[in-house]
Amino acid sequence: MKILVCVKRVPTVGGTIAVTADGLSVDTRMSGFTISPHEECGVEEAVRLCERFGGSVTVASLGPPEAEEQLRSCLALGASSAVLLETAGEEFGARLTASALHSVAAAGGFDLVLLGNEAADTGDYQVGIRLAHLLGWPVATGIKALTADADSASVQARREYQGVAETFTLPLPAVITVKEGINLPRYPSLPGRLRAKRAAITRAPVSFVPDAGLRTTSLRVPVAARRQATVLGHGADAVPALVSVLDELGVLP
Amino acid sequence: MTVFCLTEIEPGGAVADASLRALTLARELSGDVAAVVFGTAPALGDLAAHGVSDVYAVSGIEGYAPQAWARALAGLLTEAEVIIAAATDRGNEVLAHLGAITGLPMAANCAAVSAEAGPESYAIVRQRWAGLLLEEAVLEAPVALLTVATDAVTATMADVPGVCAVHSVTPSLREGDLVVRAAEAPAGAGGASLATARVVVGGGRGVGSADGFAALDELASLLGGVVGVSRVVTSEGWRPHTQQVGQTGTKITPDVYLACGISGAIQHIAGCSGAKHIIAINTDPGAPMIARADYAVIGDLHEIIPALVKAIRDRS
Repeated sequence: MKILVCVKRVPTVGGTIAVTADGLSVDTRMSGFTISPHEECGVEEAVRLCERFGGSVTVASLGPPEAEEQLRSCLALGASSAVLLETAGEEFGARLTASALHSVAAAGGFDLVLLGNEAADTGDYQVGIRLAHLLGWPVATGIKALTADADSASVQARREYQGVAETFTLPLPAVITVKEGINLPRYPSLPGRLRAKRAAITRAPVSFVPDAGLRTTSLRVPVAARRQATVLGHGADAVPALVSVLDELGVLP
Repeated sequence: MTVFCLTEIEPGGAVADASLRALTLARELSGDVAAVVFGTAPALGDLAAHGVSDVYAVSGIEGYAPQAWARALAGLLTEAEVIIAAATDRGNEVLAHLGAITGLPMAANCAAVSAEAGPESYAIVRQRWAGLLLEEAVLEAPVALLTVATDAVTATMADVPGVCAVHSVTPSLREGDLVVRAAEAPAGAGGASLATARVVVGGGRGVGSADGFAALDELASLLGGVVGVSRVVTSEGWRPHTQQVGQTGTKITPDVYLACGISGAIQHIAGCSGAKHIIAINTDPGAPMIARADYAVIGDLHEIIPALVKAIRDRS
């Protein structure tokens, strides 16, 4: 099975998130970079499918030259080749990201394209679906369990929706977006890391055309996130006060 | 201006809570709100109370088939200026398909929208980083496609009920629209779902082990709620990922969230800030979770939760 996994370089967000002075991007001077947990699981899932059925995993990213770092991390996890669609760091937006990824996905003879359900930073929830429509392939999103049949002609993709288990059967080739929880990603092995260091990364420049349809004017951290906690007490002594609060809130039986 | 709202209907006919929130935001845009429903016949009383003037009931698609649902919405495009859905898995998915079918932009997880920016132009506020950051943006399109962040809007009823005129719609599907279709089965344990539970009892690293959750399970069932967990709990394998609250898990909107032994990493806060009231139990008074809580108890949950369970039992 030939699988493409699309990943995005995003800042590692720790205790806080801050915006740059111009209000247009996240301040990353103090942060490291990573890919989202959904995408990490996407890479792991692809590697597992290839371990089972044979094949190869390619990772692709649309991003700045530094996104090479994230691609090498994916190579260390077991991907065999990497493509960097190199930008000058602009935010492409969902429609343009999908068409840039389309150039890689359409050319590679892939059976399956995996993406995260949504990017950690922009949260557009649509790149995978737009990519599938450009390819003319079926797509399922938010998937938490994936199995392929023995002849690799189709996959079964499952998710849970409001207490109902939904199973989608997709003929291949197909696009699937996955969520954290589909697997527990492995740690990179030492040989994997060494291999990743030496691996060649295919680079292709992509020029930026702003999407007039959806234009960011500013970013801000929401206010009122902090509440003023009333301390009800310490240890089990606080239980009577806690019971009265629950009673006031109307949740006691 | 007509706003069409993809309205999700629960098996019994009740309108899904997330869709009521989307209808509320739709009403802020226009007095002319139409609900588009699939499958199960909706409780028209609910829709009327939330100001719906027209109901478009789509027939001919069995079960949930995202691309077919989007095709049905595309057929209504000429009558709408705005198409809105709740930012649920289904809402985001169907509107993304609609965006791909029509080539229109789609803004996911909106917290506010206003049409004052001019013709075919909308000023929106949408959530990024699962709500840790807000983006102000301009959406310019002949038909605006947007989904409504479920934890950003509170559902309210309309001042004047809508008339709810029902129209039936038979969509013109294309080849391939029904290839991806959900086969549905009851999921695992059943019971109240995390996303819609009125009470959530949360457990984090402080719970210490899989067995440590017994007391939390007992408290949750006593309060008619469900257990939710932080990311460390699922990576440790103590509980399944379906119970994870946070950026990469489920967003919750309960009346009460009781966070036990959860430090309150920013990714967890993203999932629980839609709770009406937060009570934190933590050994560390400086834990970020306490700064986000309305009430706090300082101490060991292993001592406090069993005592709380006993006190509630003794009371009734």
